Amino acid sequence: MSVTSFDSLETRLAEPAAAEPEGESAKEIQGRSPWQLAWARLRQDRLAIASAIVILFIVLVAILAPVIARLVGHGPGDQYPFTALNSFGLPAGPSRTFLFGADDLGRDVLVRVAYGARVSLIAGVVASGVAVIVGGIVGMVAGYFGTVVDTALSRFMDVILSFPLLLFAIALVSIVGPSLIVSIAVIAFFSWAVVGRIIRGQTLSLREKEFVEAARSLGASDLRIIFVDILPNLVAPLIVYSTLLIPASIVFEATLSFLGLGVVPPTPTWGNMLSDALAYYKVAWWFIFFPGGALLLTTLAFNLLGDSVRDALDPRYARLFKS
Amino acid sequence: MTEAATSPASVVPDGDLLVRVKNVVKYFPIRSGLLRRVVARVHAVDGVSLEVRRGETLGIVGETGCGKSTLARCIARLYDLTSGTIVFDGRDISRLSRRRMRPLRKGVQMIFQDPIGSLNPRRRIGSIIGDPFAIHRISRGEQRKRQVQELMKLVGLNPEHYNRFPAEFSGGQRQRIGVARALALRPKLIIADEPVSALDVSIQAQILNLLTDLQDEFKLTYIFIAHDLSVVRHVSDRIAVMYLGKIVEVGSVSEIYARPRHPYTNALLSAVPVPDPDHADQRERIILVGDVPSPINPPSGCRFHPRCPKAQKLCTEVDPALEVKKDDRADHLAACHFPVEVGERLSRERAGIAQADRENAPDVSRETVEGAIRPKERA
Repeated sequence: MSVTSFDSLETRLAEPAAAEPEGESAKEIQGRSPWQLAWARLRQDRLAIASAIVILFIVLVAILAPVIARLVGHGPGDQYPFTALNSFGLPAGPSRTFLFGADDLGRDVLVRVAYGARVSLIAGVVASGVAVIVGGIVGMVAGYFGTVVDTALSRFMDVILSFPLLLFAIALVSIVGPSLIVSIAVIAFFSWAVVGRIIRGQTLSLREKEFVEAARSLGASDLRIIFVDILPNLVAPLIVYSTLLIPASIVFEATLSFLGLGVVPPTPTWGNMLSDALAYYKVAWWFIFFPGGALLLTTLAFNLLGDSVRDALDPRYARLFKS
Repeated sequence: MTEAATSPASVVPDGDLLVRVKNVVKYFPIRSGLLRRVVARVHAVDGVSLEVRRGETLGIVGETGCGKSTLARCIARLYDLTSGTIVFDGRDISRLSRRRMRPLRKGVQMIFQDPIGSLNPRRRIGSIIGDPFAIHRISRGEQRKRQVQELMKLVGLNPEHYNRFPAEFSGGQRQRIGVARALALRPKLIIADEPVSALDVSIQAQILNLLTDLQDEFKLTYIFIAHDLSVVRHVSDRIAVMYLGKIVEVGSVSEIYARPRHPYTNALLSAVPVPDPDHADQRERIILVGDVPSPINPPSGCRFHPRCPKAQKLCTEVDPALEVKKDDRADHLAACHFPVEVGERLSRERAGIAQADRENAPDVSRETVEGAIRPKERA
């Protein structure tokens, strides 16, 4: 056993790195975490940047909805029967006072679209947030513990996925009455199982990795293994699923509002605006165009961003499908 | 190593023993059907008894799938035993629950085969090596960081790379990270499960030297699992040869290599490549016939009998005990009814195969080798 040769080899290996003359370039390379690499890839993606800008704009509109209302001088529920409705009682088109036109009750569509963004974003973000947290935990528990726990939870998820959701929503709302909270609860309840299934599958394969066995041999508890060793490897799919669940939740909320099962009517939402506009689309295109356009733009931006985030976090996947 | 032989079961006083494995059995159930009923069992480890002395390196060799890794994980209590007992440092750990086992885990650590898979790709190596300190609540914050960096220095890593991710290291460096993690709690026993078989040959030597240096420095005991016989010979004091879930021969390195008694050991040793081609031609090569039988349904009697050149009727009926054979030293045990004598030419024998086949066998193999080398057109 030649300890000396091993030592000299070691120093030979170590020295060039330590005495690197152009330390600048070496420093730039080191210390880039998987997240930093993903972020760098995401920044290269023009579609992602454009989507992010659109989303940021919509978020700003939602936050600044009261400011917009004050600027144009119309509240979201204010009716202007003399200026916003013509002599036949039909809504007036876009003009200087009503930029996006007026609705059937003489309300400003612009202000109502801005306020509708609030409901949509809150419903989308909160519902998919709850879904991802619940689905993530249930999926990890099912995948990690396996056996009876897995069977029970997986069957439960199957049951939820096979539920007739609209029927369930109608039945639930007819009992407890429509509200934003109920909408969010219904959306989250039907979304988490999708996340749960995917996370369960990923956990199932992560559980067999040697680093989990290493943690177990060190004496780590199940809870520690799940949160310290497995969860960091699931962050990528969780982020991707949250960004893809948000648009789905927004559409779901709009659907519920459209059917009168969501937010109660005086509060503007894109869904109930579309529902109101249905009777007028032949004479007042703006009434259906602006809330519909806002919905389309928002879901499109979130979906494109979600795709880009997935590609950035898992470059192999992107290459697989683009080539 | 004490020479005082008392009984074939144990030649060393209990105080010198770190691990005593007795009749350990590990079966994996194979389930199928809607009710997940057990339809069969894989006999991964089937009645293994072993002793590991303090400060020694016990090499465990055998083919892939012979149960080496399962045995290691049983000793580390990563698996529950089907039956048998494991006494570690004077304490029976074979039936301890996970909770009761946790404080004892400090004493036994593992080094894993796959330097990529055994490190969490999403965590910085500072926190990976710091895991043992965190799990056993030994230290935190700055103190933990200092301890981790000391460990990194100890295994030949640059402590400044504390914040890097495993992907930024080479295979050999990653295995050093694994060694540092295993060493963190100052264990008495380190079980190295094929620690170098995933590495380049040049790197293998570095890691092996590191392991031996650390053994001297910290009075470590190793169980060293490998399928590479030259590696095992290099690091081990004693060697246990496994075949299909059983130990077929145990002894000191010099004994095993100089006078292997079990035909399987003979065959294994004859398969070690010899670097000198002139030499390689001269030596005897024992070619085993057939594949390793399925551990789901192991052969009757001696498990090696279907492939053994010396097999006789007795071998198919009675499972031979692991015991000292005639003329052997007290710590050299073999499980064979007809142990190989010194000077015996095993390759001449081939039980259960017709005379004509035996004559033809070498020619056939030469032909296939040449056929493989020759370009297709000429063949």
